[in-house]
Amino acid sequence: MKPRHKRFAFIGLGLVVLGVATVLILNAFQSNLVFFFTPTQVVSGEAPKGRSFRIGGMVEDGSLVREKDGLTVHFIVTDTAKRLPVTYKGILPDLFKEGKGAVAQGQLGNDGTFVASEVLAKHDENYMPPEAAEAMAKAKASGAQQSKSLVVPQGTKDSL
Amino acid sequence: MIWSKYSAPQAFYPLAGRLIPWFAAVAVLLMVVGLYMGFFVAPTDFQQGESYRIIFVHVPAAWMSMFLYVVMAIWAGVGMGLNARLSFMMAQAIAPTGAMFTFLALLTGAMWGKPTWGAWWVWDARLTSELILLFQYAGVMLLRTSIDDLRRADRSSAVFALVGVVNVPIIYYSVQWWNTLHQGASVSMATGSKMAATMLMAMLIMTIAFWMYSIAVILARVRCVIVERESLPAWDEKPAVIHEAVEAR
Repeated sequence: MKPRHKRFAFIGLGLVVLGVATVLILNAFQSNLVFFFTPTQVVSGEAPKGRSFRIGGMVEDGSLVREKDGLTVHFIVTDTAKRLPVTYKGILPDLFKEGKGAVAQGQLGNDGTFVASEVLAKHDENYMPPEAAEAMAKAKASGAQQSKSLVVPQGTKDSL
Repeated sequence: MIWSKYSAPQAFYPLAGRLIPWFAAVAVLLMVVGLYMGFFVAPTDFQQGESYRIIFVHVPAAWMSMFLYVVMAIWAGVGMGLNARLSFMMAQAIAPTGAMFTFLALLTGAMWGKPTWGAWWVWDARLTSELILLFQYAGVMLLRTSIDDLRRADRSSAVFALVGVVNVPIIYYSVQWWNTLHQGASVSMATGSKMAATMLMAMLIMTIAFWMYSIAVILARVRCVIVERESLPAWDEKPAVIHEAVEAR
């Protein structure tokens, strides 16, 4: 082996070792790297208790209720498997809509309601003109096409 | 044509000078076309309205930030393997442009995040790993300037660049591996595109424009680096003068 072959082999080996180490470290920190918990995780007790965390999922269709003061809202976040009621007092982002993704930060109350201090809209990866969106909505209404959900329960996420 | 002769900085210097105008011209042309398409031809988005148009800068900038880091790491690796001065010079020339695109991606992302998510910044995996990429570029540049001996500076920053390359797949796959606020990829090799055709076209044109811009700027910068490090008379374009200078040394 020429010296430069040796050097390249050394660099290659170094990168492989580094890659393996990174994979192991990231696996170990898996739960810390998650930006939000899904309702299923919250119900099964995986979410931290007694301190603030984030939940994420779809805002269930028809679940958004606004109180008379105009600021306090109630809605249900779902990952299609479990549902979690959320209360929030404040201004919602423009893109916050029923049937769309949202992430809320706050604490789980004793009654099982999530009291949010901040609500963010989670945008999906679809970009299209309004006409195309209408056409897709029509197709969905006729049952021809199942729209792809943006927030996928964990576990199925790897298969994306 | 023997390409290996261009591995010598003295020979590469005039070649780079001849290539720059072409890449620069293509970059300007494509940027004009891409921005026109992005702002006037591409349709309004069904959810976000007009604010989505930031993607015509944001996505190409983010792609370039990752791509340039990999290219920089490859040059650094080649430099380490072959002990080639020009490779290290290329790595040195790429870093500032890569850092600029990283900063641009973060800035435009923040500008988009406020109207869309409701927050300028969140500490999710995608945003955090991209911020780390900016620090990596800064680290590569700082490490180089902090060591006086050029050979040691080259090698140290090359090792730094090579180690940091693990972050690139983390940035790219962060939206798949973890729950993030940042949405998944709209365009990917595996699943195709989830965008309207004109939007995608404008975005791809902007990507090629940024790519050509990067080549032009990096070639211009590597010429400066060559002049600086080889102590050549810079301002005379004729290769003969450079050869004379080299022979005179």
